[in-house]
Amino acid sequence: MSAMLALLLRDLRLAIRHGGESLMPLVFLFAVIILVPLGVGPGPNLLAAIAPGMIWVAALLASLLALENLFRPDHEDGTLEQWWLGHLPVTGLVISRLLSHWLVTGVPVILFAPLAAQMLYLPPQSLSVLMISLLIGTPILSLIGGLAAALTLGTNRGSVLLPILVFPLVVPVLIFATGAVAAAADDLPVRANLGLMLALLVLAITLVPLAATAALRLNIE
Amino acid sequence: MIWKSIKVGFHRLGSPPTFYRFCLLLSPWLWAGFAICTIIGLYYAFYVVPPDYQQSDTVRILYIHVPAAWQAMAGYVVMAILAMIALVWRIRTTEIMAMMCAPIGAAFTLICLATGSIWGRPMWGTWWEWDARLTSMLVLLFIYLGIMGLYAAFEDRRKGARVACILVLVGLVNIPIIHFSVEWWTTLHQGKTIRIFGESSMHYSMMPPLIWMTIAVKLMFGAALLDRSRNELLSQDRRKGWVAKKLLGKGVK
Repeated sequence: MSAMLALLLRDLRLAIRHGGESLMPLVFLFAVIILVPLGVGPGPNLLAAIAPGMIWVAALLASLLALENLFRPDHEDGTLEQWWLGHLPVTGLVISRLLSHWLVTGVPVILFAPLAAQMLYLPPQSLSVLMISLLIGTPILSLIGGLAAALTLGTNRGSVLLPILVFPLVVPVLIFATGAVAAAADDLPVRANLGLMLALLVLAITLVPLAATAALRLNIE
Repeated sequence: MIWKSIKVGFHRLGSPPTFYRFCLLLSPWLWAGFAICTIIGLYYAFYVVPPDYQQSDTVRILYIHVPAAWQAMAGYVVMAILAMIALVWRIRTTEIMAMMCAPIGAAFTLICLATGSIWGRPMWGTWWEWDARLTSMLVLLFIYLGIMGLYAAFEDRRKGARVACILVLVGLVNIPIIHFSVEWWTTLHQGKTIRIFGESSMHYSMMPPLIWMTIAVKLMFGAALLDRSRNELLSQDRRKGWVAKKLLGKGVK
C-alpha cells in the first residue's frame, strides 16, 4: 500500500514538475471547445445539441495524449523490470500508475467541464449529469488507455496503434455517457445509462489491471 | 482406447510438422465441402426460394449477409477460445491459429457490413444508419483490425501473438453486445427472426439455402484458417530443418 502511494506521489510530482506537458489535456480540451463554434457556427441551439458529444470526444482524445509515455520511459530505463524483481505485487503498481494517469488527464477535464459546458450553451439541467458521467467515465478511459499502452509497449509503432486499440473499446462509454446527458436535456430518466457506465467501470477496474499486468509481463520478457 | 488415441493425436498437433501435415490433409476436404454446400445453397437461393412479398428479390442478399454475420461473431469466439488455450498452455500452433482467425473474421465482418449496406439502400432507404447492431458490428471490425495491427507491430512474432491474444480476450466483451443489441435497443435493424430453440418467425420455405450457406461459410472459415495457419507456420519456421525436409525433401535427391 505504501509502495503504491509512493509511486503515485512520484508520478504526480513528475507531472507537476513537467508543467507544460501535464497541461496538454486541458489545452486540448479548450482547443476543441473553442474551435467547434468557429467551425460549425455559433448558433446556441446547435452548440447546445452537440455540447455533450464535443466535451466527451475532447475528454477521450485528451486521455490518449499521455498514453504513449505511460510505461515507455520506465521500460527503457529498466524500472519496469525492477517491478518484477521486487517483492511487491505488480498489479498494485499498475493500478497506482493508472490512477496517476487519471488524476493528470481525467480530473483537470472534469474540473473545467462546467466552463466548457457554459461556452457551448449546455442546458443547465444536464450539467450535473454531464459531471457525473465524466466522473464515472474518465477512469474507464484511463483504464482502457493504460491497457492499450501496456499492450503496445514492445512495439515501436505504439503511437499509431494506440488510438486503433482504444477507440473500439471506449465506444460503449461514449454512447452511454452522451446518451445520459442528452436524456437529461429532455428531462428523461438517466439512471439506466449511468448504471451501465458504472457497470463498465466496475468491470474495467476488476479486469484491466490484471490484463495490463499480463501484457507488461509479456512485453518485458 | 479410442479416447486415448484421440488425445495423443490432439497433443501431437502442438508439433509444427504434424500440424503442417494435418492442415495439408484436412483443408482440401473442407474446401470441397464448401464448394458443394455453396453450389446447393446458391441454387436454392436463386431458383427455388420464392421472392419475398415485400422485399421481392433483394431478400436473397440475406443468404450471404446472415451467414457472414454469424461467422464474423463465431469466428471471434473461436479466436478467443484459441487465444485462451494459447495463453494458458503456451502452445505455439494455437497462437498462430488464433492470430490467423483475425483476418478471416475481419473479412466476414466487412462482407456483412457491405451486403447489409447494399440491402439497406433499397429497403431502408439509407446506406448506413447509426443503429446499435450496425455500430457494434463496425466496432467488431475495428477490434479485428486492432488485433491484426498489434500482431504485425511486433518483430518477435511469438511475443506479438501472445500480446494480441490478451487483446482478443478483452475484445470478447463486444460479442454479447452485438448479439443482444437488437433486443436492448429498439433501433432500425430487425430483431431476432431465426431461433434454434422454438419457432422462427421466418417462413420455412426460406430456410434451406440459409442452412446450406451457413454450413458452407463455416467450412470455408475452417479451410481458410488451416491454410493460413500452415502458411504462417512455414514463413515463421522457414529457416528450420523440418521445413527444408518437407519442402525440398521430395525434389532434392
